[in-house]
Amino acid sequence: MAYSEKVMEHYTNPRNVGTLNKDSKSVGTGLVGAPECGDVMRLQIEVDENNVITDAKFKTFGCGSAIASSSLATEWLKGKTVDEALTIDNMDIVEELALPPVKIHCSVLAEDAIKSAINDYRVKNGLAPFELAKSHH
Amino acid sequence: MELPIYLDNNATTPLDPRVLEAMLPYFTNKFGNAASRNHAFGWVAEEAVDYAREQVAKLIGCTEKEIIFTSGATEADNLGIKGVYEMYQDKGNHIITVTTEHKAVLDTCKHLEKLGANITYLKVKEDGLVDLQELEAAMTDQTILVTIMYGNNEIGVVQPVKEISAIAHKFGALFMTDATQAVGKIPVDVNADGIDIMAFSAHKMYGPKGVGALYVRRKNPRVKVTAQMDGGGHERGMRSGTLNVPGIVGLGKACELCRLEMDSEAQRLSGLRDKLESALTQLEESYVNGNVQHRLPHVANISFKYVEGEGLMMAMKDLAVSSGSACTSASLEPSYVLKSLGLSDDLAHSSIRFGLGRFTTEEEIDYAIENTKKAVNHLRDLSPLWEMFKEGIDLSKIEWAEH
Repeated sequence: MAYSEKVMEHYTNPRNVGTLNKDSKSVGTGLVGAPECGDVMRLQIEVDENNVITDAKFKTFGCGSAIASSSLATEWLKGKTVDEALTIDNMDIVEELALPPVKIHCSVLAEDAIKSAINDYRVKNGLAPFELAKSHH
Repeated sequence: MELPIYLDNNATTPLDPRVLEAMLPYFTNKFGNAASRNHAFGWVAEEAVDYAREQVAKLIGCTEKEIIFTSGATEADNLGIKGVYEMYQDKGNHIITVTTEHKAVLDTCKHLEKLGANITYLKVKEDGLVDLQELEAAMTDQTILVTIMYGNNEIGVVQPVKEISAIAHKFGALFMTDATQAVGKIPVDVNADGIDIMAFSAHKMYGPKGVGALYVRRKNPRVKVTAQMDGGGHERGMRSGTLNVPGIVGLGKACELCRLEMDSEAQRLSGLRDKLESALTQLEESYVNGNVQHRLPHVANISFKYVEGEGLMMAMKDLAVSSGSACTSASLEPSYVLKSLGLSDDLAHSSIRFGLGRFTTEEEIDYAIENTKKAVNHLRDLSPLWEMFKEGIDLSKIEWAEH
């Protein structure tokens, strides 16, 4: 199975690889997946006082599509408000990267990582976490 | 040096140009049907098949009459196992195999289970070798067949075939081996090894795809397998179907070349393999999978902890290798062979198989070493697990959300 050009592009030049200070109150961290399943994503957001995501970083253990999905997610997150970020759907990622059906779980993981990072930020700042009702598994 | 570099010779090998040359006339002017008894076209084809049969027999130390040509090793495995089960049903219904076999053996056994066979799937030890005591303990008076592979396709481990066959024979059972990865690579002698039935294929030893053979012993004991395809009664009634003459000629030539060049080739390839392996295991947290003493000369299977195999292969884009990672298959399950060795799922996901071959050069291996090292380091820079490991976090203590 060949990879789409967009997956290759993100894989070769991943955006926003790195680590934010997870102890900072303005940083939310989402760590999703499991080593046994072959995918682990860590996605971090930094949020300013206007609820805008000013920075996003990721590190991913996984296949090329998982790396590309998280790279794309960080690109989309920057500049969005937290509420806007919550509307990112895994199918948007599937479409943008032209992921084949067998790789859809990579996009699901990226969406989970975004929501989990937002919840971490909310809890740190005394807000109730959003219900992550949408379950793909 | 041309890119990409082919290091997946356990999947298939390129056709040796000398094999192609031998085959070519049998596609064109020597096109006869080897079963045509009444004219020169048939005789020429039959002669070519007979000669190939001799070439094959010589490589594995048997007589020509003991070779049944098939479409490949999968068919040969099916014919051997199903054929024995049908032929020896009144003797018993018990077959012993191991969990690290190729699917052609495992799925054939599963099929027979549905028909009433009793199959024992022996576990292997951590190094991939069969535990002989466990094998002996599993033998019963109902055991008709022990089928255990010669060399493993994923990790290259070579089983103690002589000892295994001796145990099978002690209990009056036949011994079969899928020797697809071993024939032509290391010395295989059906008499010295005590093999009664053996499957192998041309395209793993620089021959063409679509042709293989089943060795079926004719003396001490005389073994018979029930045909799995009905038709013209070719191959002593055990495998009907017009013979694939060019393919068979190719298999014969490939066997001859392997017989003549095996020793020097094995020595050269194990030297290159050891160079690759020792360079790559200098990377932190990298591990060789499988026994390193008893193995094929041309395979290295290495796990690079904290990076995922498919992602890694993408970074090794000039190298054609394979991985035990789940992502390379539709099932999302990592390699069952590596899991049989007791490897955790994450190490199985992190494995890369390098398969060297006749046309692999030292220059290519040097390139592969550099390319792989760079790729592993690049992927580890991207890996949250590597970062956590470096911070001293015990990953096994984290509650992962399995998905």
